[in-house]
Amino acid sequence: MKPLIRPRSATDDHPLTKIVLSAVAVVFIALFLVMPLATVFSEALAKGWEAARDALIAPDALDAIRLTLIVAAIAVPLNMVFGLAASWCVAKFDFKGKNLLVTLIDIPFSVSPVVSGLVYVLIFGLQGWLGQDLRDHGIKIIFALPGIVLATMFVTFPFVARELIPLMTDQGRDEEEAAVSLGASGWSTFRRVTLPNVKWALLYGVLLCNARAMGEFGAVSVVSGHIRGLTDTMPLHVEVLYNDYQYVGAFAVASLLAMLALVTLGLKSLLEWRFAGEIAATHKH
Amino acid sequence: MRKTLILAAALLSTGAANAGNVTLLNVSYDPTRELYKDINGAFASDWKQKTGDTVTINMSHGGSGAQARAVIDGLDADVATLALAYDIDSIASKAKLLAPDWQKRLPQGSTPYTSTIVFLVRKGNPWKIKDWPDLIKPGVHVVTPNPKTSGGARWSYLAAWAYAEKAPGGNAAKAKAFVAELYKHVPVLDTGARGATTTFAQRGIGDVLLSWENEAHLALKEAGGDKFQIVYPSNSILAEPPVAVVDKNVDRHGTRKVAEAYLQFLYTKPAQEIEAKDFYRPRDASVLAAHSADFPKIALYTIDDVFGGWTKAQQVHFSDGGMFDQIYKPGQ
Repeated sequence: MKPLIRPRSATDDHPLTKIVLSAVAVVFIALFLVMPLATVFSEALAKGWEAARDALIAPDALDAIRLTLIVAAIAVPLNMVFGLAASWCVAKFDFKGKNLLVTLIDIPFSVSPVVSGLVYVLIFGLQGWLGQDLRDHGIKIIFALPGIVLATMFVTFPFVARELIPLMTDQGRDEEEAAVSLGASGWSTFRRVTLPNVKWALLYGVLLCNARAMGEFGAVSVVSGHIRGLTDTMPLHVEVLYNDYQYVGAFAVASLLAMLALVTLGLKSLLEWRFAGEIAATHKH
Repeated sequence: MRKTLILAAALLSTGAANAGNVTLLNVSYDPTRELYKDINGAFASDWKQKTGDTVTINMSHGGSGAQARAVIDGLDADVATLALAYDIDSIASKAKLLAPDWQKRLPQGSTPYTSTIVFLVRKGNPWKIKDWPDLIKPGVHVVTPNPKTSGGARWSYLAAWAYAEKAPGGNAAKAKAFVAELYKHVPVLDTGARGATTTFAQRGIGDVLLSWENEAHLALKEAGGDKFQIVYPSNSILAEPPVAVVDKNVDRHGTRKVAEAYLQFLYTKPAQEIEAKDFYRPRDASVLAAHSADFPKIALYTIDDVFGGWTKAQQVHFSDGGMFDQIYKPGQ
């Protein structure tokens, strides 16, 4: 692979410096990003297409894919609503404790996912705060779907809000104030002014949130219980297959996850390219 | 507050179990994946024949200590099939989910099969490893998981200790020195037996793997060809992985009858055959005799003889600040 060096430059750096810097960047990206990704796909296809396909349509793999999709289908829309509400609150209103709220939103970014999973075990586990009551009522939270959804939601909570807060703060509240002074209700102000202004950032936040929701390992691993065909999500199933000596299967499922990441990136680039003008217009610089 | 939360939880919850079919959850340790896959199929058809009911057995695998912890925290196991008695003891003592005398309910201390700890070395045995003292030759790297989390690792540790203490002229102080020296040869501690096997076999780390006998045979089979070979030391430990019905869970699920039948099935001849085929030493003498080629006779110490039982062994060796913490200093 040859680095792309543009001869026309806006700086006076020595050409050699630029060549070296670019080469370092390209080598770094190739070594740490492209090669591992390529390995995932090549390992998946090590025994041909059929073997990889068979691994993906095995009952346990299908169950893991189904569970992952269900979890994302619950967690992502809820986090979209929560993220939108939180960033609307933070960006458009002044209130006591606003900084505290912003800090709280960031907690899942700073806490290790394993710890977030353990928190749910401490609350809902049999020895935890609610454990015995839940069991008496026949309700399962951890080691079942609700726990996996909760852990996923916790970990992916900041993605939407973190995309929206800077943009919404940037946009200020002039347009909303204008709408309200012209007699628009709160809801219609939100729907017709606020939402259209942030739709691309929102979509991008949702994409990232979804990618993480489907790929989360640590927190889900703690609350899953690892029951095959029931509580193993795709990332957990990759580990199971790898430990079962089923390397083709493990990498086949892993390459599905990798493809999800590539599609996310592709969609993001597509959005940025297609709607570059609109996205720029919503930023008031 | 709690009421509201529970109501909210009820709305979220997945609800009732499937009616009609019986479902069991077997929470097991790491290397039994292949064993229970085979056993579950055999038991399901046996049960169908006897009662007409369809039984589905769900599996959860992981490090034995971690799995016990999960059951204590509410993982809804009907039966626990773990690597060592102490882990089921802790389910009984910490969560009170089964009676303290659970081990007396089934024959042979509720251990339908046994195993031992052997050495897996690379092709041709380049370090000429024949017995325990060879493990501490300068330059030898030993792979074994963390005794704090892995059942197999605890058996490995105790096997090394028993060797040194029972060797001619041996005593507890010499055993401590030997085991301390041994762990200086361990470059990395995985959390579970299967993780350690992949570290050794797939990632090519280390010169010798201290392994469950069944795990070593499986690695040999999976690798194909002659990449590895098994070395039997002059003596080792009789590893007894026990099984138990988790009383409170089966009574709540109404699955006691089938759960008990499932564990009793493990002692039947067809099941003992499957266990031998998956390289667990069967209790049945005739089945063991038929597979004697796979299970060389070596001297096996028991945990009761050398360590006075699991409760004591756990307390002395693996508790916080215990013997293992004293001898194992990472990075030295």
